[in-house]
Amino acid sequence: MAEAGDAAEVTAGAAVRGGRVAEGLRAYRLIVAMWIRSTMAYRTSFVLTTLGNFAMTALDFVAILLMFSRVDALGGYALGEVAFLYGLTSLSFGIADLAIGSMERLGRRVRDGTLDTLLVRPAPVLAQVAADRFGLRRLGRITQGALILAYALVTVGIDWTPGKLLLMPVMVVSGAGIFCAVFVAAAAFQFVAQDAAEVANAFTYGGTTLLQYPPTVFARELVRGVTFVVPLAFVNWLPASYVLERPYPLDLPAWVAFAPPAVAVACCALAGLAWRAGLRSYRSTGS
Amino acid sequence: MGSGRLYAAVAAGGFRRYATYRAATAAGVFTNTVFGLILVYTYLALWEAEPHLGGYDQAQAVTFVWLGQALLSTLAIGGGGFEDELMERIRTGDIAVDLYRPADLQLWWLAADLGRALFQLLGRGVVPFAFGAVFFPIALPREASAWAAFLVAVLLAMVVSFGLRYLVALSAFWLMDGTGVTQMAWLAGFFCSGMLLPLNVFPGALGEVVRALPWSSMLQAPADVLLGEAGAPGTFAFQAGWALALLALGRLVQSAATRRVVVQGG
Repeated sequence: MAEAGDAAEVTAGAAVRGGRVAEGLRAYRLIVAMWIRSTMAYRTSFVLTTLGNFAMTALDFVAILLMFSRVDALGGYALGEVAFLYGLTSLSFGIADLAIGSMERLGRRVRDGTLDTLLVRPAPVLAQVAADRFGLRRLGRITQGALILAYALVTVGIDWTPGKLLLMPVMVVSGAGIFCAVFVAAAAFQFVAQDAAEVANAFTYGGTTLLQYPPTVFARELVRGVTFVVPLAFVNWLPASYVLERPYPLDLPAWVAFAPPAVAVACCALAGLAWRAGLRSYRSTGS
Repeated sequence: MGSGRLYAAVAAGGFRRYATYRAATAAGVFTNTVFGLILVYTYLALWEAEPHLGGYDQAQAVTFVWLGQALLSTLAIGGGGFEDELMERIRTGDIAVDLYRPADLQLWWLAADLGRALFQLLGRGVVPFAFGAVFFPIALPREASAWAAFLVAVLLAMVVSFGLRYLVALSAFWLMDGTGVTQMAWLAGFFCSGMLLPLNVFPGALGEVVRALPWSSMLQAPADVLLGEAGAPGTFAFQAGWALALLALGRLVQSAATRRVVVQGG
């Protein structure tokens, strides 16, 4: 009897949790739709800021092009292969940045006390913070990443197999998941250190900059760090090694190329826990 | 109070204001160090593939990376100095109060920005540079005179950087919203200062052009003085020329703005 009761409780708990997730997604969708409507009120401004976003994010690739105007290979990778890595990480990071990139503003909300407003609203705080000031202009980065990836696919003669074809979308979505986890964890950190928001940039923007270059360029310890500590290597380095048939960094076994979905789920779970801990520790600045 | 003392006080205020945010400074130091770490390996690979690229050897290229991280916030190459605040004052109309003050608008902001730059040189620049010097093979001069020349070049770079950003800020008199201009300034700053890649690595005519633009006074000029790649007097003359030209242009634009533009507000 007691067991049945427990089981019923667990099911009820799962249903409540599922309900929370659905509620959160609904709140997120509504807030995002509001920001998009507000953005579209100034159409010219939207077009110009999107172009600006495109140009600013393209600058990294201009640096790579300038480098390849003087050399034929970087760390043993040709331009097309570097473009492949670049396009994949830019696309993944761009999706994460578009979806929840505004979370980096959380420190400001904690400082000026406007986070309190979000706490009293009947919607999950994470959804509200993630959708806050949703910037559609960030499509600029996604477009830029997609174009570079298309260029890479045309230039690099990849020997396509069903496995590789399947891995492409899986890699992009998992990569976006891993970057989302980094954004959420960084936001959770801001509850503790409000002024130190810039630390997050080292992992978000720094992370995607790192992944634009081949793993062969970097020191072994650094590669180890972004494989086992902050698992950014699963965004593109490891799966791309499989697609490009390149030696794996750190001599890892071949199956790790298919690990990104599991890594992304684990990262998101850990980031979720960090977010909860951060939100629990929040004390309003008061007035 | 003599006007010299007034601007010294404003500069000291700028220094103290930025020195207040210790956690933010520590976070900035950390981020600059991480970016330096990433860039240094890409540069090492680049110079591995092509030794003596642009006339630098590998140690000089590594030094350039850490110098860039040390000077990024000092010279506000990606923005982040006084200009956002001044643009906001122009947009809201508070600028009218500033114009009534018995102090020169341009010199006031120059003094405040030099104070900020000096703090960020010490607070944000020294640690990443020291990190680079300890963990990577870098090329530094032994003579004190070379270091003195480097500091003069950095000071001139601060003034050129201010001159450019003052023009960016004044554009708000006509445009109200400075987002677009700020973005353009960011792009030009990164591309033309050497922050993206040392300007001597740029190919052909593109290299010639970017090396003649004012932005090359910002990172490339102090770096070349420190690395012994450029003579100090010639570099100083180039930087000072751009500094004066930009400050004069700033004055011109300022007088046009204050004469012809109706200030916002009630």
